[in-house]
Amino acid sequence: MLRDITLGQYYPAKSIIHQLDPRVKLVTTMIFIISLFVAKGITGYAVATLFLVMAVRMSRVPFKYITKGLKAVFMILMITVVFNLFLMDGEIELWRFGFLRITDKGVRTAGFMALRLIYLIIGSSIMTLTTTPNDLTDGLERLLSPLKRIHVPVHEIAMMMSIALRFIPILLEETDKIMKAQMARGADFESGNLIRKARAMVPLLVPLFISAFRRANDLAMAMEARCYHGGEGRTKMKPLHYESRDKTAYAVVWGYFLLVTAITWFQRQYGVMLL
Amino acid sequence: MIRAEELTFDYERLDEEGNVESKKRAVDHVNLHIRPGKFIAVLGHNGSGKSTLAKHINAILMPAEGTLWVDGMDTKEEGKLWSIRQEAGMVFQNPDNQIIGTVVEEDVGFGPENLGVPTDEIWRRVEESLGAVGMLKYRHHSPNRLSGGQKQRVAIAGVMAMHPRCIVLDEPTAMLDPHGRASVIQTARKLNREEGITIILITHYMEEVVEADHIFVMDQGKIVMQGDPRTIFSRVEELKRLRLDVPQATLLAFELQKRGIPLPDGILSNEELVDRLCQLKSKM
Repeated sequence: MLRDITLGQYYPAKSIIHQLDPRVKLVTTMIFIISLFVAKGITGYAVATLFLVMAVRMSRVPFKYITKGLKAVFMILMITVVFNLFLMDGEIELWRFGFLRITDKGVRTAGFMALRLIYLIIGSSIMTLTTTPNDLTDGLERLLSPLKRIHVPVHEIAMMMSIALRFIPILLEETDKIMKAQMARGADFESGNLIRKARAMVPLLVPLFISAFRRANDLAMAMEARCYHGGEGRTKMKPLHYESRDKTAYAVVWGYFLLVTAITWFQRQYGVMLL
Repeated sequence: MIRAEELTFDYERLDEEGNVESKKRAVDHVNLHIRPGKFIAVLGHNGSGKSTLAKHINAILMPAEGTLWVDGMDTKEEGKLWSIRQEAGMVFQNPDNQIIGTVVEEDVGFGPENLGVPTDEIWRRVEESLGAVGMLKYRHHSPNRLSGGQKQRVAIAGVMAMHPRCIVLDEPTAMLDPHGRASVIQTARKLNREEGITIILITHYMEEVVEADHIFVMDQGKIVMQGDPRTIFSRVEELKRLRLDVPQATLLAFELQKRGIPLPDGILSNEELVDRLCQLKSKM
């Protein structure tokens, strides 16, 4: 179950998206997420879908691999959908049972909300799947570097992020191992009500935390032993500079964003709601 | 290369107010001298202070008493810290917890990046060190998909890329299977022979130290024996008392000797034992 989280796992492949500058990918992801909240109605989402499909195809990451990340957030997705479905007040009632009612507006909002979340996760998964955490960190560091002037420890934040990403699969594996070890001793993670299930997590989390601290300690020592002393005086193995393909990508992304905004604006202005 | 004089270190247990509650002496007045280009082994069972000693060489720990010099630099001198760590690289026990990068080559580049080496030079060093440990074809792999022995070789490459004169390997094989263990030791030997890097191998596997130039045996923070492998392994009874396992060939030779078969002291390998026994047989 836990192994299904693909967020933060790099998928090695040779594709245009893999080769893009991480800053481009970070900015693109941000723009894409914003565009999902800007977009209204089917036309807007059609454009977003097109953009996403294009990105997935270009990334050469198997679609199945990307959707694995969705399983982990399935519950959140379902809760959002259910709430939207029942709590939205619309004009046309489709179904009624006691105080529960589903209206056309509910269905619409729930549908778009689900779509929005799914796209959001697929979108950010593509970024993390095609960018090595080190690149990601470098990109983030460069993008946020203006904040250094107001004493934000940008390098340290970026380093912490990349280490967290590197250890996600290791800690997941460890969780799996501890889970099996506790199950072998008769621990039961499956049955009982929510409280009992939560309590069953304690013998899982305690060893996990202890081991995480131990790992952190080891890693800090290993980093120090290799002369890590913060961002000062550090050179880059893979320094970032924009290539022509990065500029093209920026153009495409901004074009996409303008299109989505234009569609939304158009719909609002003229009331042409194509749904 | 490395010299220790009366080196002493205590692990302090602090109570809640931060006062020293109790002290445990981990390294007890150790004196040693290691010449450049040698393959040195430090043996000892768990808790003998061998890892603590290793961490002093990399200036991760500072001596409580005494002094340790790495290439003439006193580890207590603040300003020399980074040069000492560059000079004396360190490989740790757990292969997972010392790899920082998510791609093999990025991890190897981490050390040189910290040293402020220019980009072109980093790439050159990464290639060179991955080649030296025989991991060049895995350069684009994720470390999570490598075996334990491969991960340790990547870790060694990561240290190599900093161009150290000495590498301290702190029980690098403790978590590996026999195959991985052999590959790591082979790599260390190769670096010693071909690149002239001083290797300090901390271990409790006796088989790994057979080819060392000099062995230090530690117990309760003290160096209790030292010498070349042959001298050390001829003292089987003493080693057993220190809870160290003697290589099987040595042990067999020792037992045979006790039964009156005229074998020389300190036989180290199976081949050597076979040779000696055949010689005896032909004389009969």
